[in-house]
Amino acid sequence: MQTSATTPPLAVQGFTASFDGQPAIKGLNLEILPHERLAIIGPARSGKTTFLRSLNRLNDLSPGFTHSGKILRDGKDIYDADVDVGELRRKLGMVYATPVPLPWSIYDNLAYGLRLAGIRDRAKLDERMQAALGYAFLWDEVKDRLHEQAHVLSGGQQQRLCIARVLMLEPEVLLLDEPCSGLDPISTAKIEDALVALKEKHSIVLVTNNTKQAARASDRTAFFLLGELIEIGPTAQIFTRPAQKQTNDYLMGQFG
Amino acid sequence: MRLSPVTSQRLAVGFMWLLTGITFAVLVFILAFILVHGLPHVTWTFLTHSPASMGREGGIFPMILGTFLVAGLAVLLAAPIGVATAVYLSEYTREGRLTLVIRFGADCLSGVPSIIFGLFGFVFFAITLGMGLSVLSGSLTLALMVLPTIIRTSEEAIRAVPTSYREVSLGLGGTRWQTVFYVVLRSALPGISTGIVLSLGRSISETAAVMLTAGSALRLPRSLFDSSRTLALHFYLLSREGISMPNAYATASVLIIAILALNLLAYALMRRFAVKVGH
Repeated sequence: MQTSATTPPLAVQGFTASFDGQPAIKGLNLEILPHERLAIIGPARSGKTTFLRSLNRLNDLSPGFTHSGKILRDGKDIYDADVDVGELRRKLGMVYATPVPLPWSIYDNLAYGLRLAGIRDRAKLDERMQAALGYAFLWDEVKDRLHEQAHVLSGGQQQRLCIARVLMLEPEVLLLDEPCSGLDPISTAKIEDALVALKEKHSIVLVTNNTKQAARASDRTAFFLLGELIEIGPTAQIFTRPAQKQTNDYLMGQFG
Repeated sequence: MRLSPVTSQRLAVGFMWLLTGITFAVLVFILAFILVHGLPHVTWTFLTHSPASMGREGGIFPMILGTFLVAGLAVLLAAPIGVATAVYLSEYTREGRLTLVIRFGADCLSGVPSIIFGLFGFVFFAITLGMGLSVLSGSLTLALMVLPTIIRTSEEAIRAVPTSYREVSLGLGGTRWQTVFYVVLRSALPGISTGIVLSLGRSISETAAVMLTAGSALRLPRSLFDSSRTLALHFYLLSREGISMPNAYATASVLIIAILALNLLAYALMRRFAVKVGH
């Protein structure tokens, strides 16, 4: 880990993201701290996913995307022209709402990210693979069938495979976009358990529509509404004594 | 009188079976007719010897080689260009005027009769560029002819690859080209190879365009600048000039079996690949 315990891996400063001139998130200011699980909650169209995709520049792929403000990583704006986007995305690993195993073997799925970076050393791949699968609580379930097709795994196993695939790259921050939205409670619990272990090494940003999950599986919670950050604070405080009325209304099920 | 639902259902199914049967019967009849007339004359000597007295005697070895060279080279030239165009259209540009023009051009090109390609190839490759009636002129012409097919089938196959695959690859730090090469093309390969095999079949069976560009020499082609007669053209000339109907049928049998074998091979390869990739 190159990030020390004091500097935030990511500092978002006055960040606005727009599609075709329509802002999806507006003037966002927040920091992602080392070794924390930050949950992002909010109703639909509140900009949660746009925020997440801004952090590893996946929004660059969308036509009509423009931004203003800064996202600092080690003091440098990730949108600067000389930033290596590949390296950025390796260090800010993204897991999507639906598990997307590539149509290959479990082994090839896991090895893909490192192979892209030019690392093909078998021993190194195997070593990282065991560690990554261990952190994703998947090693015992797949260690004897690494060369089977990834799509034969169950939905929950596939999602843990996707997490392990990202962990292979030893990212600084894990970006999880509603990773449990299609999963059963047992699979969800396994992933939440994995997050506890993972925050020892990584910061985690967890976008979720499930406020109970945010309450269970995060250290801090941020509440987004219509593209604005309404409130951010320790999870216990947000859920028991929110400072803003809108946060309280959302958590009480008044809207969204 | 109204038919009961059960009766009308039976009638409809029966009618569809009948129509399917007719289609199948026509196919089988044509194939059987040609093979029955041709196969008895297909001997080892026929396959391995040069023709004598304009094809009345002897074999078809130069035509087999000529077909292989002209069609093979055509696809070898067209496939990389076609696939690259398809990748450009679907991965590297946003939809706009340029993509519309390219796609419209490809569609128009695929509707042009082959004799027009032949005429163009004759005037441009054979005369203007001085290649003469040759294997090279013929394959260049055929390459232009099958290019639209390869572009459009490849494009369809590439578009069928889920966007989420691309996002995963890019999200793992892949460049756009790595993503295209390792994920998109790999997943689209069965569809792309279907288009290429179709094009190879079309090149092998083309007559008009090769007659005007590759010529109809009976001798063995010794270089790409030699004229060569393809199997399809040989068959046409044998029957058209009334030289030898038995040898015409025999040539047609060889042609049909070659195309059949090619399709089966492609099908087997695709199935094997599909199993490996896991679709």
